[in-house]
Amino acid sequence: MLSLGALAGLSLGNLSCTRRAREEFLQKHFREMTEADKAAVIGRLEAQYQQQYGKAVRVGTEPAVPGTLWGYGLDLSRCIGCRRCVYACVQENNQSRGNPQLQWIRVIRLKKGSLINLENSEHYYDPATVPEPGFMYMPVQCQQCENPPCVRVCPVKATWKEPDGLVVVDYNWCIGCRYCIAACPYKGRVFNWAEPTLPPQEINPEVHYLGNRPRMKNVVEKCTFCVQRVRKGRYPACVEACPTGTRKFGNLLDPASEIRYLIEHKRVFRMKEDLNTEPKFYYFFSA
Amino acid sequence: MKAWRFFRETVQMVFVGTRAYTLWCAFLLAVIGVGIAFYLKQLDQGLIVTSMRDQVSWGLYIGNFTYLVGVAAAAVLLVIPAYIYHFDPIKEIVVLGELLAASAIITALLFVLADLGRPDRFWHMIPVIGILSFPDSLLAWDVVVLNGYLVLNTVVPITILVKTYFGKEPSRRLVIPLVLLSIPWAVGIHTVTAFLYNGLAARPFWNASILAPRFLASAFCSGPAMAILIFQILRKTAGMKIKNEALFKISELMAYSMFINLFLLGAELFKEYYSATIHLAPMEYLYQGLHGHNALVPWIWTATAMNITAFILFLIPRTRENLVTLNIGSLLIIAGVWVEKGLGLIVPGFIPDPLGEIYEYLPNSTEIAISLGIWACGLLIFTLFMRIAIPIQRGDFVHARHEKPALPPQYERIKP
Repeated sequence: MLSLGALAGLSLGNLSCTRRAREEFLQKHFREMTEADKAAVIGRLEAQYQQQYGKAVRVGTEPAVPGTLWGYGLDLSRCIGCRRCVYACVQENNQSRGNPQLQWIRVIRLKKGSLINLENSEHYYDPATVPEPGFMYMPVQCQQCENPPCVRVCPVKATWKEPDGLVVVDYNWCIGCRYCIAACPYKGRVFNWAEPTLPPQEINPEVHYLGNRPRMKNVVEKCTFCVQRVRKGRYPACVEACPTGTRKFGNLLDPASEIRYLIEHKRVFRMKEDLNTEPKFYYFFSA
Repeated sequence: MKAWRFFRETVQMVFVGTRAYTLWCAFLLAVIGVGIAFYLKQLDQGLIVTSMRDQVSWGLYIGNFTYLVGVAAAAVLLVIPAYIYHFDPIKEIVVLGELLAASAIITALLFVLADLGRPDRFWHMIPVIGILSFPDSLLAWDVVVLNGYLVLNTVVPITILVKTYFGKEPSRRLVIPLVLLSIPWAVGIHTVTAFLYNGLAARPFWNASILAPRFLASAFCSGPAMAILIFQILRKTAGMKIKNEALFKISELMAYSMFINLFLLGAELFKEYYSATIHLAPMEYLYQGLHGHNALVPWIWTATAMNITAFILFLIPRTRENLVTLNIGSLLIIAGVWVEKGLGLIVPGFIPDPLGEIYEYLPNSTEIAISLGIWACGLLIFTLFMRIAIPIQRGDFVHARHEKPALPPQYERIKP
């Protein structure tokens, strides 16, 4: 078994530079790297991206800001189902653009009158204009559970919850078993079934190691509430892109934050609360 | 030096055999070759070459894996009736059962490897140099128990065979505790594999506590069915001395297991259909089709018909004690349980997906070619195991000191 795996590994290392391939193969788990290890890996990645995309890409490793626990609010009365958040996310987070296109946010259309039974949801609605009468829209993305089933099932700890509550993936440690996809009740994870396609002119060069850096084939990826932005005091891209003010974001530990105001003053609920996953993603109706 | 000689003679041995043996091995190697060609394409392009997608993220590979873990478990559990009912030859049955288990485990692990997106990072799972998330991840548990089982089921038969080769009795103090240990371990591997799915609250179809008992019951059908066929083949080709009565006893036990399997399935069907909550959807998809999607419906009904037919054949003494109907029943069970526990268990777990989307999955030619290649590899491993084990146990392949000179292996029928 072992030798087979190693053999497959050798044939996979198809990078032109064998030293880089060897370093990538032997790379440690992100959480076991020393600062020097990290610097070496970042240097290698930046050089690789420069070569691949012809652009200077800055790979950040900013840790969680002490005293932060990120929470999300989503106003179901406001969402019109335009999917601007979906595409803003694809751009910001350097998702594969085609064959297949990967999306971290999925907006589902529900008939008014039914919210829990998702079996009647429509994922590929495509009318000329939104919103459509008789329907409501429910955007779903990683709910950044406090008790994330995906983290628990990973056989190699390639995914974990950061101190600020974000569930992240070390794309270089993921073995591609897809157990986390099976375990997630929110479809919060997508898989790079093929080598991702990311045209050089479309790359977002401000990336985080645990977030939106370009991925490779056969690894899992997911929403991180834009770890590369929120740890620098910016909103996630979906919040900024929303034209209706549906999306709210803030620090759950800060009593004066907008998210805390919403939890206090709106009637919020979380998706599939019966599963005890404790999402930090709060849905509510403002009207 | 002695070990080297044994090794050398073993290697020499697997390269010679009857015409049927050579053709069989060549055939398996050809199927493996095709499988490797398709696997290289999968390595190069990614799992996109399969029918799996985010909605149905496991398919034929994991289905086969689950089935084979069952075969591996049941092969060893066969030792219990063999002991209780005094099937002769017991030592041969133990060796055969454990080698069948070892082959099935290797095959099951190859299916996991085929399903793994990044086999180059396989070492991440190895404790000390990598990180194995034990005890949190049930997949880590499975890695531990399956590899332990593999070691157990190679150590025991190899010990027995090597000792026999050198003309000695295997140490009972070593072998018997290990055989006894492998019995609960067999139950363990299949239970852990069931828990792998069972523990996922996101997938109501699997999140039913009846899953592990059903796994064991169906394994007790498919594993012995394979053993019945293998016993007969070895009786014909290698003169294995197993009596018909032993086969009939096994088939009687299979009738009971199939009854339990069908009963547990019935209990599950009742609960889902009578309460008819939204969690009925995967069951509905499997048996009736859901919102016009019904790819698995013909499969599961064919499998159910096969299982029920086999149950009846094995229940009636006259049909179970007739080698023709016995073999038909065994083939029906092998196929029926394969569908029930492969596609019929894995795929509906993903349909509808957690947000209600329905993506219909059926394996494509790449997955089928790779799977056939892996099955061929398993059969080849088992064939080679038998190629060594049988001559040793028949006393035809022994260390020179004990050899009767100039006597070519009788059942070989060709020159070495």
